Amino acid sequence: MNRQYIIRRILIAIPSLLGISVILFGVLAMAPGDPFEELATNPAIPPEVRQALRAKFGLDDPVWQRYVHWLSAMVQGDWGFSFQSRMDVDMLILQRLPVTLIVIGASQILAISVAIPVGVLAAIRPYSIFDQIASTFAMIGFSLPTFFTGLVLILVFSIQLDWLPFVYRADVDATGWAFYWEHIKQSIMPVIVLGLAQAGALVRFMRSSVLDVIRLDYVTTARSKGIGERKVIVRHVVRNALIPIVTLVALQLPAVFGGAIVTEQIFRVPGIGSLLIAAILANDTPVVMGVTFVFACLVVLFNLIADILYGWLDPRISFR
Amino acid sequence: MNERDLRGLLDQVKAGRMARRAFVRRLAAVGLTAPMATQLLALSGVAMAQPKSTYKPTKRGGGGLLKVLWWQGPTLLNPHFAVGTKDQDGSRLFYEPLARWDRDGNLQPVLAETIPGREDGTLAADGKSVTWKLKKGVRWHDGQPLTADDVVFTWEYARDPATATLTSGSYKNVTVEKVDQHTVTVKFPGATPFWADAFVAAAGCIIPRHLFADYIGGKSREAPTNLKPVGTGPYMFKDFKPGDLVSGVINPNYHQDNKPYFDAIEMKGGGDAVSAARAVLQSGEYDYAWNMQVEDEILSRLEKGGKGKVVISPGGNIEHIQLNNTDPWTEVDGERSSIKTKHPTLSDPAVRRALSLLVDKASVEKHIYGRTGIATANFINNPKRFVSTTTKYEFNVDKAIDILEKAGWKKGGDGIREKDGKKLKLVYQTSINQPRQKNQAIVKQAAQKAGIDIELKSVTASVFFSSDVANPDTYTKFYCDLQMYTTTMTQPDPEVFMLQFTSAEVATKANKWQGRNITRWRNKEYDDNYTASQSELDPVKRAAMLIKANEMVVNNVVVIPVVSRPGVAAMTSKLNASISGWDNNTWDLSDWYKDA
Repeated sequence: MNRQYIIRRILIAIPSLLGISVILFGVLAMAPGDPFEELATNPAIPPEVRQALRAKFGLDDPVWQRYVHWLSAMVQGDWGFSFQSRMDVDMLILQRLPVTLIVIGASQILAISVAIPVGVLAAIRPYSIFDQIASTFAMIGFSLPTFFTGLVLILVFSIQLDWLPFVYRADVDATGWAFYWEHIKQSIMPVIVLGLAQAGALVRFMRSSVLDVIRLDYVTTARSKGIGERKVIVRHVVRNALIPIVTLVALQLPAVFGGAIVTEQIFRVPGIGSLLIAAILANDTPVVMGVTFVFACLVVLFNLIADILYGWLDPRISFR
Repeated sequence: MNERDLRGLLDQVKAGRMARRAFVRRLAAVGLTAPMATQLLALSGVAMAQPKSTYKPTKRGGGGLLKVLWWQGPTLLNPHFAVGTKDQDGSRLFYEPLARWDRDGNLQPVLAETIPGREDGTLAADGKSVTWKLKKGVRWHDGQPLTADDVVFTWEYARDPATATLTSGSYKNVTVEKVDQHTVTVKFPGATPFWADAFVAAAGCIIPRHLFADYIGGKSREAPTNLKPVGTGPYMFKDFKPGDLVSGVINPNYHQDNKPYFDAIEMKGGGDAVSAARAVLQSGEYDYAWNMQVEDEILSRLEKGGKGKVVISPGGNIEHIQLNNTDPWTEVDGERSSIKTKHPTLSDPAVRRALSLLVDKASVEKHIYGRTGIATANFINNPKRFVSTTTKYEFNVDKAIDILEKAGWKKGGDGIREKDGKKLKLVYQTSINQPRQKNQAIVKQAAQKAGIDIELKSVTASVFFSSDVANPDTYTKFYCDLQMYTTTMTQPDPEVFMLQFTSAEVATKANKWQGRNITRWRNKEYDDNYTASQSELDPVKRAAMLIKANEMVVNNVVVIPVVSRPGVAAMTSKLNASISGWDNNTWDLSDWYKDA
C-alpha cells in the first residue's frame, strides 16, 4: 500500500474540514437563540445573571473572533467546553462515541450480511419468486423512514408483545452473560431499524451489480473451463461486483450517521447523535461544532478506507 | 369579617383560648377556605400542624432499583449551575437544602432542625434576619460532618460573580454569618417578609466546603466535584453521562431513619415526552416520568391500561395574554413599543375589557389542555393564601360588542370597528407550539364576531425567548399588540413574581430589554402598593396587598390570564411520590416508596 498516497489524501482533507467548520460556525452564529433561553421566563433569575453568563462564555464577541478563538484552541487539542454541562466537549463525545460506533457498526454488519447473499441470489435467478420477494422487501426497506419503522417496532415488540425494552440503558446492572444478553436485547430494535433501511438499498445495488458482471465473457470462460458454479459466483462474480458496493457503503455512511441521529433519539440510545440533537436545541455551539467535526472526520476516513479497499479488490486500480 | 376581627381571632388562637380547628371552622363559615385559614395561622406565628407522614417502610433500603425518566436529561450536577429544572432535579438526588416547599407551599425542614419562627426568636421581629439551626449528626457522603461552615461557604460561592452561578439572585443581597458550629444567621439589608429564599428549595442546596473551597470564582468549572457530586442526600453518586444518565446508590448513613426505600436510582434522559409517558403508563418499563407535556387526551388513553397514573401538582405557571400599553408600530429613538408612546387602540379601557370577554378560557381548557391547563381569572393562582376570590372571568361576545358600541367603536364597511379613524386591527404573537396556535385561533374567531380583526403571528420558541438584542421578534421587545406565553412563579410567594408590573422594570432599549415589565403598564397606585408589600412584616396585611396587586392587574386588563398550568408527572400505580409545584420534582425523593 502506498503510504505517500494516504498521507496526501489526509492532507487534502484538511482544507475541506476547515471549510466545513467555517460554514458550520457561521450558520450556528446566524441562528437565533442562546444557550440561556430557559432562564428567560424564570423570574427568580435576574437578567444580569444571564448577561454575565453570556459575557463569560464569550457570546457577546464578534463571530469571527469567536471562530478564531475556537479554531486556535481546537488546533491545540482543546475542544472547548459545553455551555450546558460546563464539561469538556471531547469528554462528552468520548463518553458517547463507543455506543454510536457499536450500534452503527452492528447495523452495517447486519445490512451487509443480509444484502450481499440476498442480492447475489436474486441476481442469479432474476425474476424468480425469490427475486420478486427480495425486491419488494428491499423497496419497502429503503422507502420507509427510520423514525417510522422505529415507532412501529416499538408499538409491536415493546407495547403489544412486551418482548423488548424500548429505552436503551448504557449502564446495565448485570454481570456475565446476563450483561451481554441485556445489551443485545435492547440493541435489537435500533440495529434492525438502521440495518434494514441500509440493506434495502444495498440489495438493489448488489443485484444489479451482479447482473452486470454475470453476463461478461470472463464468467462464461470460467464456466466453460469447468469451474464449479459456486466457485464461479464467489471468486469471479461477487468479487468484481463488490467494487461499486464498497463505494456505496462508504459514501452512504454519512447518511447512516444521519439516520442514526433519529434512531438514537427514538430509542434513547446515548450516542453522539442524540448528543448533537440536544446540543442544537440548547444552542450549545461548542458541542455542535465538536460532534459535527467528528462526523466530518468519520466521513473523510471512510472515504479513504473505500479507496484503499478498491486496490485490494481490484489491483488494476492504482494509486498515484 | 374585617381585618380587626380576623386579628382578634388569631390572637385568641395564639393565646390558646381557641382551638385551631375552631378557628378554621369560623373562617370557613365566612367563606375563607380551610387552606387559607391554616396559612394565616402559620404566617402569624402559630406553629403549623405537621402533616402526618405517610411513609410506610420500616427499614432503610430493600426497594430495589428506582427507574425514572426525564425526557430531557440533566446536563450538569452542580445545583448552583443548574440551567433548567432538569439539572436541579438531577442535583437534588445528591444535594439538599436547609428546607423545602411542599405541595401546599409550606416549608418543611431538611437539613435544618426546625423552621425558623417568631416565637423562638429565630425570625427577627424587625424582619432583618433569620437564624437557621442545622440538624446535628448529618454527614456528607464522604463522611465529613456538615457544619455551619458549609452553609456560609455556599453563600460565598453562590454570590461570587466570578463563579457565575445561576442562583446568585438569592444570595447577592444577603450576608450570612456563622453563630456556632450548627447555627447560621442570614441578614437582610432591610425588613424582608419573604425570608425563605437563600438555602431553601431548588436554589438552596448546600455544597461541601471541603471539596469546593479551592474552586470558587474563575476556577469554578474545574472542580472535579461538579461531575462527581458529594452531598448529604438519600443517594450517593455512582455515574453521570450528561443528557443521558444519572445514577446513584443508597446512602447507608442518610440522616432520616428508615429512608430511603430504594437501593439505587437511575435517572435516564433523552427521547420525547409521549414515549416517556408510554414507558411508564403503558409498558411499565419505568417508574416515573417527569414533565408530561403531552395532550391530556393521550395521557387519559394511556392511563386506561391501569399500569400507571398521572399526577397533577398545582403551581404558579400561568399562560397569559399580554396587552401592549405602548405603540408597537411607531419608532421613537430607535425603538418601537417605546414608553414615550401610547397604544392607539389598546389604551382605551373599553377595548381591553372587550378583549378580556373574548377569550374563551373554558373552551381552551376543555379542548386544548384538559387537566393540564385550568381556566382562571387570576394571574396569581397558588398558593391559596394569595389567591383573590373576587375576580371572575366570562366569555361573552354580546357583552363585548355592547361595551365597544358604548365606547364609540362603530363597525366600518369592512366589518371592522373603528373610532376617530383608528381601526381595531391587532397583531397577536406567540411561540410556535401547537396548543398555543389553537388558542390563538379561538381568540381570533371570537374577536372577529365582535368586529376586531386579529392577525396571528407565531415565532419559533428559540427566537421568541432569546435575549438576542438584535432580533425584533423576542417577547421582551414586544413589537406587537398582543402576545401570549407562560410565565413561571417558582416560589410559593408572589413578591418576585409581581415585580413584573412595576414601572421601574419597564423593558426598554436603554436596559437592553432586560426589564421585566413587558406590557409596559405603569401605574402609581400599583407601584406604591407593591413597594409597601416588600417591607410589610404583618403577613395578613402583606397577603392582602399582594392579592390587591393581582386584582389591579386583572381588573385593568394589563394581562388576560388564560389557563394556569400545573406540573404533570406520570408514575406507576405502586409508586408513592408526592409532587410539589414549588420545588423540584425530586424534592422529597427520600420519601418515595413502592407498595409491596
